[in-house]
Amino acid sequence: MLLVVEQFLNGLQFGLLLFLLAAGLTLVFGIMDLVNLAHGSLYMMGAYFAATFVAWTGSFVLGALLALGATLLLGIVLELAALRHLYGRDHLDHVLATFGLILFFNEAVRLVWGPAGLALPLPSWLAFPVTIMPGIQYPAYRLAIIVVALLVALLLYLGVMRTRIGMLIRAGASNREMIGALGINIKLLYTLVFGLGAALAGLAGLMQAPILTVQIGMGENILILAFVVIVIGGIGSIRGAFIAAILIGLIDTLGRAFLPNLLRQILSSAAASTAAPAMSSMLIYLLMAIVLVVRPEGLFPASRR
Amino acid sequence: MKATFWLAGAAALCLSQSALAADSIKIGFVSTFSGPTAVIGNDMRNSFELALDHLGRKIDGKPVEVIYEDDQQKPDIGKQKTEKLVQADKVDFIVGYIWSNVLLASLKTAVDSKTFLISANAGPSQLAGELCSPYVFSTSWQNDQTPAAMGLTMNQKGVKSVFLIGPNYAAGKDMLAGVKSTFKGQVVGEEYTVWPSQLDFSAELSKARNSGAEAIFVFYPGAAGVQFLNQYAQAGLKEKMPLYTAFTIDELSLPLQKDNAIGVPGAQEWVNDLPNEQNKKFVEDYRKKYPGLRPTYYGAQAYDAAQLINSAVVAVKGDTSQKDAMKAEMEKANFKSLRGSFKYGNNHIPIQNFYLQDVVKEADGQLSLKTVATIVKDDQDRFQDKCPMK
Repeated sequence: MLLVVEQFLNGLQFGLLLFLLAAGLTLVFGIMDLVNLAHGSLYMMGAYFAATFVAWTGSFVLGALLALGATLLLGIVLELAALRHLYGRDHLDHVLATFGLILFFNEAVRLVWGPAGLALPLPSWLAFPVTIMPGIQYPAYRLAIIVVALLVALLLYLGVMRTRIGMLIRAGASNREMIGALGINIKLLYTLVFGLGAALAGLAGLMQAPILTVQIGMGENILILAFVVIVIGGIGSIRGAFIAAILIGLIDTLGRAFLPNLLRQILSSAAASTAAPAMSSMLIYLLMAIVLVVRPEGLFPASRR
Repeated sequence: MKATFWLAGAAALCLSQSALAADSIKIGFVSTFSGPTAVIGNDMRNSFELALDHLGRKIDGKPVEVIYEDDQQKPDIGKQKTEKLVQADKVDFIVGYIWSNVLLASLKTAVDSKTFLISANAGPSQLAGELCSPYVFSTSWQNDQTPAAMGLTMNQKGVKSVFLIGPNYAAGKDMLAGVKSTFKGQVVGEEYTVWPSQLDFSAELSKARNSGAEAIFVFYPGAAGVQFLNQYAQAGLKEKMPLYTAFTIDELSLPLQKDNAIGVPGAQEWVNDLPNEQNKKFVEDYRKKYPGLRPTYYGAQAYDAAQLINSAVVAVKGDTSQKDAMKAEMEKANFKSLRGSFKYGNNHIPIQNFYLQDVVKEADGQLSLKTVATIVKDDQDRFQDKCPMK
């Protein structure tokens, strides 16, 4: 029973991290109609910036804040310099151009930081397990990720639902032409949204860095999951991304945790331990396929036309 | 007129090139040179190049041509690259292969064409057993051997129960089977993770903690080893469940693992401080040639592969068409291995010592690996009797 609670927390933490990544992706895709494969590169840049700034300043929090600002700035520069020229073009052009950006960022990182990767050690005040319930210990840092991500989700919700900019973002997601026709500076809005998405990706990257390693190409695997999240959640919908991300985090983690034991009931032990990891990694794609069949526009589509 | 001139020139160039090709020793080198594990491929290439330097860039007086190919850590790509080296480049030797699954996919291509393949790292159990071949040699080990040595260490330390975690691919399965072959205590649980995409081991660590096992054994090569150690330390398991490893801590991962690696033992067939002359020279020259870098066991194995090739070519006086004579020479392992003691079993897998290594802090604060003890002497893998070659 205690194990179930612990695995539930693991799944929640992974899901929230996915949410941070998917939120930016879904905004950019939904509002600007831009397929941004380079979103994973911004995640990687967040981690590299954090590792560098933490080493410079000697403070984890200060370094993380600086890295957040740097990724926001990078996102804005990227939008102004490259992506702005892609709006209104075919999706295939987006894929080509942003795939090129992935290669660009990977090589740039190799030139600046070298091929070996970096380490971002945790400060001692986060690198210990805490007892959250009798018998359950959980790494303090993973708890911190859960808290920070929930806070960001709340701020994002309030920002999108309760502010004027949020209203414009929602309007942009459901009808792009109309909001332009109403005299809103759509270019500025796009730049802001892209910068916000970049900062969220950077936040996910820098929070993940102490758990994983900071390395070239770290954003590419997780980006696939982020795309699955926005397809399940409905493109352009923050609420959809939130629920889908947590769903995927839980399915992935609980599948990995409990499928082997379930399979051992019907298969031989050796066959079960080999088949289980393969099957558990299929579960999320299975969910995506079902969602696509039943509700092709996702669970919570943003635009209703 | 002008066209004929160019044609003649081009033809002459072609002729001179093919003449050159026949007069050089061609070696194909398949390893991982892109993605997160490219550092391993680079280290193997560095050491192989250093070996060629030590040989004067010539083997039996002939220039050496090495064609490096990137397998991207993917079995299908590795197979394609092997085919290209065999069919288009017509190499005399193929060396490399970090990953057991890449090697298994590429094996048939090399064996069918009777091209000598020298595995400088991967050692799947099939290669030592039913898939052994006269054309395949290893300068590393069979996968089970290193974890089996770790199993013996755990017996010595009086470990009563263990939880095993490893990646779900050919080598991961061999490694966990290897521990089980020698460990006398109870194996409480066994988890395989998706390879190479899974980087978060929280679910597995939670299970290990709740299993009540006394210790954990893992096999995570490359960056995954860094991630596992980070998460193991953050979960506070370091004080509660001691960790035993194979191929998880090396000179490439150590700068990232930092203090998390201190006190975590590993088994290995080569350690940088092995006290033989050739090894001292290797480590010294490597650090001189590649400032800031340190050689690893991957590199030491690649270095030995170059020496093995050299011994075979010298024995046939450069006539690489004499395959039987080359095979017979290589079986003698007539070269000075960086490991010291090194001979071949019937299946062309080395019979060698395995050492216990530990992480120590040097005077300048840098972490490095050092030999603590010899776990087994002249160890032979447990699949050799399945190999039809006698």
